[in-house]
Amino acid sequence: MSTAARPIKLACRNVWKVYGRRPAYYFDSRGYIIEPDALAERLRAEAHLPAVVDASFEVAAGEIFVIMGLSGSGKSTLVRCLSRLVEPSAGEILLDGRDLLKATGKELIELRRHAMGMVFQNFGLLPHLTVLGNVAFPLKIQGKSSKEREIRAREMISLVGLEGREAAFPHQLSGGQQQRVGIARSLAVGPELWFLDEPFSALDPLIRRQMQDEFLRLQRMLKKTIIFITHDMAEAFRLADRLAIMRAGKIVQIGRPADIVLNPADDYVAQFTEDMPLLRVIRAGDLAIAANGTALPEECVAAGTSLEELIPRLASGVSAFAVPGEGNSPPSLLTAGSILAVLEREQARRTRP
Amino acid sequence: MTAPAATFRSPPRVAIEPALLPWCGFLAVTALCLLLKTAFPWLVTFPKEWTLPLAAGVNIVTDAVVTVVQPGFRALSAMLEAPMRGARLALVWLPWPAVMLAVAALALKSSGIRLAVFALLALTYILLAGYWPQSMSTLSLVLIAVPISTVLGFALGVLGYINPRLRPVLLGALDLMQTVPAFAYLIPLLLLFGFGPVVGLIASAIYATPPMVRNTMLGLDRVPAAISEAGLMSGCTRRQQFWHVEVPTALPQILVGFNQTTMAALSMVIVAAIIGGFEDIGWEVLSSMRKAEFGQSILSGLVIALLAILIDRLTIGFARERPAGPTPAMIWMTGRRLALFMIAAAGLAITIRFLWPDQTLLPSTGLRTQMGVVNQWLLGLVRDYAWFFDGVRNSVLYCLLLPLRIGISGAATPAIWGFALTLLANTAYATAVLLVSALLMRRLRWRPALAVLVAGILLYTGFLGFPWPAFILGAALLAWQVSGVRLALFAAVGFLLILLNGLWGPLVQSLYLCTLAVLLCLVIGGMLGIWAAHSERVSRILKPICDALQTVPQFVFLIPALMFFKVGEFTALIAIMLYAIVPPIRYVEHGLRHVRIDVVEAVEQMGATPAQTLFQVKLPLALPVVMLGLNQTIMAALSMLAIAALVGTRDLGQAVYVALGKADAGMGLIAGLSIAFLAILTDRLVQAAVARRTMDL
Repeated sequence: MSTAARPIKLACRNVWKVYGRRPAYYFDSRGYIIEPDALAERLRAEAHLPAVVDASFEVAAGEIFVIMGLSGSGKSTLVRCLSRLVEPSAGEILLDGRDLLKATGKELIELRRHAMGMVFQNFGLLPHLTVLGNVAFPLKIQGKSSKEREIRAREMISLVGLEGREAAFPHQLSGGQQQRVGIARSLAVGPELWFLDEPFSALDPLIRRQMQDEFLRLQRMLKKTIIFITHDMAEAFRLADRLAIMRAGKIVQIGRPADIVLNPADDYVAQFTEDMPLLRVIRAGDLAIAANGTALPEECVAAGTSLEELIPRLASGVSAFAVPGEGNSPPSLLTAGSILAVLEREQARRTRP
Repeated sequence: MTAPAATFRSPPRVAIEPALLPWCGFLAVTALCLLLKTAFPWLVTFPKEWTLPLAAGVNIVTDAVVTVVQPGFRALSAMLEAPMRGARLALVWLPWPAVMLAVAALALKSSGIRLAVFALLALTYILLAGYWPQSMSTLSLVLIAVPISTVLGFALGVLGYINPRLRPVLLGALDLMQTVPAFAYLIPLLLLFGFGPVVGLIASAIYATPPMVRNTMLGLDRVPAAISEAGLMSGCTRRQQFWHVEVPTALPQILVGFNQTTMAALSMVIVAAIIGGFEDIGWEVLSSMRKAEFGQSILSGLVIALLAILIDRLTIGFARERPAGPTPAMIWMTGRRLALFMIAAAGLAITIRFLWPDQTLLPSTGLRTQMGVVNQWLLGLVRDYAWFFDGVRNSVLYCLLLPLRIGISGAATPAIWGFALTLLANTAYATAVLLVSALLMRRLRWRPALAVLVAGILLYTGFLGFPWPAFILGAALLAWQVSGVRLALFAAVGFLLILLNGLWGPLVQSLYLCTLAVLLCLVIGGMLGIWAAHSERVSRILKPICDALQTVPQFVFLIPALMFFKVGEFTALIAIMLYAIVPPIRYVEHGLRHVRIDVVEAVEQMGATPAQTLFQVKLPLALPVVMLGLNQTIMAALSMLAIAALVGTRDLGQAVYVALGKADAGMGLIAGLSIAFLAILTDRLVQAAVARRTMDL
């Protein structure tokens, strides 16, 4: 779970996106330190719209990084800045240490052809192509032979479980199926970086849940580096390794789900996360402490297990768990006391007037 | 105590809305003009001496330009002549069985078995009627004009899409190309390209290009953001993005443009037959109409109608996906089978020509040669029922056309209405108008009251007797209040230019003819639309009629009108109405059927009667859509003006037509531009009104 262990895949440093008559004017003062809130205030006063305000974060390889916010909070603009579908006004975006904003048009096309994939809220399927044609489209653009494309596309289609629908056109599919096509297409070139912009928001709740499971299954197999945009809090907390909460263009807090529910950065985040059940969000790994030489109990749980699942075992009299460490790090200790503390806190939250 | 009491008792001050003030000025000017019109007749009839010789100036410039550039254009003409002759020869050479086979196969691929049967029947009719070679001549013109327009239109559309700064210029040019009547630019074209069918070809290319441009731009603009982003994220280069993502996604809309372009080309090819020289079907209609051979004109008019409907359905079948999915016949006719059929048709053609090289294979006596009896019968019919047709014509003429043209004051003479207006009658009329106006002012707002007042004055003086300073002022005021200063200036300058060119008379004639046609269309079409919105059966009956009326080239409407009502303004009115009545029917029905259902349910739940629901909820809510229909009606009426001139009017269309006869390029262009000006002005006015109304809703 820790980010330090893995290399940084994508880093975003002080990225701004401003809409208006002459946004460049505000960022040409080299060497000055920009005070984000003051500048955003000034931009708004001067008829500009700061859609992304000074966004900075790092995403480790293989991590699911979720950006969450209400509509209009700038999350879709931010993810488009990362893929340069939208040109940022200022800042740096480092992909494997290289500044993406300095890439020429040609380099950018190469990057998009091989290093990035993207899934869209409204699917973005080409209406004149079949499922097979849509999934093979990125390969066709690269000039791959039709045989090669078909083999790869069929592989992707079976990966998302759409075998048998290859010849169907997008309008003949349900929303969930269309998004499976979108997912297969975005994975066809085998990108390391995977952007998903509200991929499941246009789907029914039941299908959404199913697609989330599917998504987690795929990620266990593929281990991509993922930027996932959503406005659905439950979805965010369910999928995220780490998540960023955005408000009015600004990232207000970045952290693991447990950090955010346990230590909200401000009232906004606190209010926002009020309804998230702590026991479900917090996992064994979040509470485990270094054993410091004490003997480890025999009961053992995986770091990713939610506290909710541990309650029955506590009830059967277990007082502590051993949590095996990641890689070579030593196992740590999870006491029943710390779990009960969370339970108490949850209780307090529920009974607050 | 006294002070507050006084404020209480003082009557509420009559608040005049600021927008009403200029109209009071307008009414004052009108009254003043009317009072002074006996002393200063120039207030009503603009004196000839004051006109500017602009037309002559245009002619001098045109002549100078033409002599310089003519060789180039003549060369272009010669260049186009070759493929045209080629296409015509090829189509005439093709034996009819081969053509039928090919067209039927195409129809199967496009829309299935029903269209194929229709195609075969239509072609058989053309063959039996004896118009096969002429139809093929027309088709060959269309076959050359459509690719030119399609390629040009696509290129211009892409240009407008890629470079939005070019758009205003482009859209302005498109407006002109679609609203200036073709007769007006036939003259300079004739001067440039010389006499011959190439002129018809160029004219149809000019007229048929705009729909392609508009639809290309529309389609490309409407590519969903998600799709173009998906293309970019797949790593498309700009070129790949355009050809693999944007164009295929926009293709259905572009094909709609292709369909409209084809229909426009066909329509214009037929109108351009007026210059003659290319034995096509339009020429047949025209010459048989001139010879009063109504049997033949009906036969050949039907050929045009069938050709138009056939081409329309063929192209639209490729453009639109059927909601119920492709029919079995369409699935059966794969691309490969279609190609096989085409090869078979070509083989058949070659075989037939090889076996019978000297035979035309056409029926030796077409129906057209046996129409003598029918002609007699039709003439007899019209003669026998003259009392009816004349009665209809005269009653409309005396009750509607004349009062609008020369006003009640002009029509109420012993010679026309059989009585003269007494002072009492005049007073009664004035009182009635004022009373209705005052009533409306109290009940509703000042706008309807003002409208009634102006209509009352207009009806009294007639369009011709209305003083022009008041008219121009009123038009500018209206444009200013509906849209803004720019449109007001446009209106004022446009009308002044027409005035200075000595075209005020024809302009007023056009206005009154169009106003009457539009009003009648709106009333009759509106009622039909309401009926169709409430009855599935009426809707089902009206739909194919509307389709046919909209598909058939304008030219054809002259035939029945002329047959029953002879030459004259009433005939023109009928022809205009036949063409312009479709939009109100369609838009009223569509508007009423698509009123938000929750609102209607809420009102019905409150216990509103159907009439209350219709007049108080559905119609007001459908108003923006109905207004768009009104716009279409006005455009259709104006575009029909030039063609209706063929049956005798005294309007701008006639001015264009006369100029064409005299090869007076200057006058033709100015009169044509005047019609375009009217069309563009009304279009902008209605659009602005709709935009305001939609915002209010």
